[in-house]
Amino acid sequence: MDLRYTPDEIAFRDDLRKFFRSEIPLPIRRKVSEGRALARDDYVTSQRILHAKGLATPNWPVQWGGQDWTPVQRYIYVEELQAAAVPQPLGFNVNMVGPVIATFGSEAQKQRFLPSTANLDIWWAQGFSEPGAGSDLASLKTTARREGEEFIVNGQKTWTTLGQYADWIFCLVRTDSTVKKQAGISFILIDMKTPGITLRPIITIDGGHEVNEVFFDEVRVPAENLVGELNKGWDYAKFLLSNERIGIARIGMTKERLARVKRLAQETPAGEGMVWDDPDFRRRLAWSEIELKALEITQMRVVAAQRGKASDKPDPSSSILKIKGSEIQQASTQLLVDVAGPYAMPRPDRDEEGLNLPSVGPDWADAAAPLFFNYRKVSIYGGSNEIQRNIIAKAFLGL
Amino acid sequence: MDFDLTDEQRMLSDSIRRLVADAYDDFEKRKTYRAQPRGYADANWQKFAEMGLLGLPFSEDDGGFGGGPVETMLVCEQFGRGLVVEPYLATVVLGGGLLKRAGSAEQRAELIPAIAEGSLTLAFAHQERQARHDLFDIATTATRNADGYVLNGAKGVVLHGDSADRLIVSARTAGARRDRDGISLFLLDPATAGVIRRGYATQDGLRAAEVVLENVSVPASALLGAEGAALPLIEQVVDEAQAAICAEALGAMEVLRDLTVDYLKQRTQFGQPIGNFQALQHRAADMLVASEQARSMAMYAAMMVQEADPAARRVALSAAKALVAKNADQLGKDAIQLHGGIAVTEEYKAGHYFKRLTMLAGLFGDVDHHLRVVVAAGGLPEAA
Repeated sequence: MDLRYTPDEIAFRDDLRKFFRSEIPLPIRRKVSEGRALARDDYVTSQRILHAKGLATPNWPVQWGGQDWTPVQRYIYVEELQAAAVPQPLGFNVNMVGPVIATFGSEAQKQRFLPSTANLDIWWAQGFSEPGAGSDLASLKTTARREGEEFIVNGQKTWTTLGQYADWIFCLVRTDSTVKKQAGISFILIDMKTPGITLRPIITIDGGHEVNEVFFDEVRVPAENLVGELNKGWDYAKFLLSNERIGIARIGMTKERLARVKRLAQETPAGEGMVWDDPDFRRRLAWSEIELKALEITQMRVVAAQRGKASDKPDPSSSILKIKGSEIQQASTQLLVDVAGPYAMPRPDRDEEGLNLPSVGPDWADAAAPLFFNYRKVSIYGGSNEIQRNIIAKAFLGL
Repeated sequence: MDFDLTDEQRMLSDSIRRLVADAYDDFEKRKTYRAQPRGYADANWQKFAEMGLLGLPFSEDDGGFGGGPVETMLVCEQFGRGLVVEPYLATVVLGGGLLKRAGSAEQRAELIPAIAEGSLTLAFAHQERQARHDLFDIATTATRNADGYVLNGAKGVVLHGDSADRLIVSARTAGARRDRDGISLFLLDPATAGVIRRGYATQDGLRAAEVVLENVSVPASALLGAEGAALPLIEQVVDEAQAAICAEALGAMEVLRDLTVDYLKQRTQFGQPIGNFQALQHRAADMLVASEQARSMAMYAAMMVQEADPAARRVALSAAKALVAKNADQLGKDAIQLHGGIAVTEEYKAGHYFKRLTMLAGLFGDVDHHLRVVVAAGGLPEAA
């Protein structure tokens, strides 16, 4: 047992650290660090820089731009990316639709989509959730009926993150309603410019426009856009959701945020001293650090256990990482609000891009409360924490 | 980065598991061990000796096996699983830890082979009533005279102090009660005139003693290590004990968790196993989260206890202890609640695991104490 990296791993880490900090523009990294909304161009710029260096899609098959890394190297990559406040390569492209196409797609689909997906020439949105299908995703009702060489799609998707930027959307649609609900679902790719698609923004409690509703009204999709086999979509969705095990806890990001909380607490006045001098505040910060350290080692254990093993089977660790990771992320954003104190209150106007104009208090403080509000999502999305407890109870405790 | 055990470590862990399973398979046996004169089973102690566990952390030159913190973790985890009552922490981890580092060649040659073969036990008489968790708070005095030293003072809750063949006593040879400097260690035969021991059972079924020292004369050769400079060593050995406690708590937590999950599957109410109810399933899931996080921190403790910088080591061990103690408390209470009434009966195992976890959580500092250590340091040390 040894917590330390090997010299090779340290060299690998240092190379990445240097690259992320020198090549990704500082203004973009600052927005990430402060938890502000990124513009479309920020994502694209950052991902293209990464892609040019082979760092956008390391988990893909090597022939499609992936890296032949060890689990430890993959772990270091995610940690360093987050610690440097580099925008994560767009998850919908890199962790979701890309691996599905690479694994289950036709050769033509691979040729057509994978290079442009990796380079963010195509921006993908995820069309899974529906108003009536949240935690019970398999009850989704959006239909695709076959007519000649086309599918006709009708229905509604929701919580479509950054759908306003999307060129394409990958959807789970019902293609057979006569069988068990999981057995009648297909995975299909839809061009957002197709007639019959309407996108409506959902403004969240932080004031941001991050998610959308997408309506499909007699949308005609070429049959060649079906991925894999008809009615096998649920299997592909499960494959996709199991793909994000490393990084789901966002440990590197929370570490970076806690370091920032510490720094800001040391320079934010409170009476005769600084916020940092308040023992109650320090105690809560210390708990977050301790919980995060435990989770970091739990994550390292998962990584180490993956070494030399195919890892498409879910294990309890991914549920643990999700539950604890989301709790600590939320706690870290709350600490930031507490440091901001009274200047967590002002809500500045927004410009048309949805970005904040200069704040009235310290230049970071206006972003604190919106981030805290926004982060209520992390214990809800990706299988709510209660769903994760169901998974642990059923799959691992046998209850 | 490596979380694997070596083949030797795996074999060690497996054989201790078998040994503990054999000695403690029937929970009634534990009662008979506790009823023996020393409060534990000499026969078990001999088995530990035969397996090499009692000489494990000592160097091969001293007659030991050269094991490190990972080996100690493996032993204590299994002991936690069995709720073992033998004085391993007192004799091998605490007493042995002090002796192997501070002992002179003569002291080591006299005691270590005897410890390793199971014929001699130790206890660390350090705790004082006013000190609570401050390791430097020592009022007991050792006054130099022509023949050696004279000890005066009172030590409390000395683990296995009632049965130990030798005590290691901390006392001031200089300085005021709360000074960091001036603390010395002495090897003491409890039969020496002026040593008064009052032994008792602890809440978790082990033994401890109050030890009063009234004008106890010891020769100069009883001094263990350099005079007046024992505190850094005491802190290091107590950190090693914390790592062992984390491992022991982990073992107990995992057994208690599994016991609870089994019970949820067997106990029927409202015409179905109570494990069908989601309110209980989620609490059981939280028990798994708590024990897995504790496992990570027990491993962190075993690795960081080898850290060369004492300040970083102490903060890391406090962080580990704080988390393990908090999770042990939560898991223990959940286990009782999920079982229901059966778990508060003397005859059922769960309550005994809960009691042991409660005592381990407070041993050498509770959650608040260790959180204060982390807070005072400004947070956790960054790993290399």
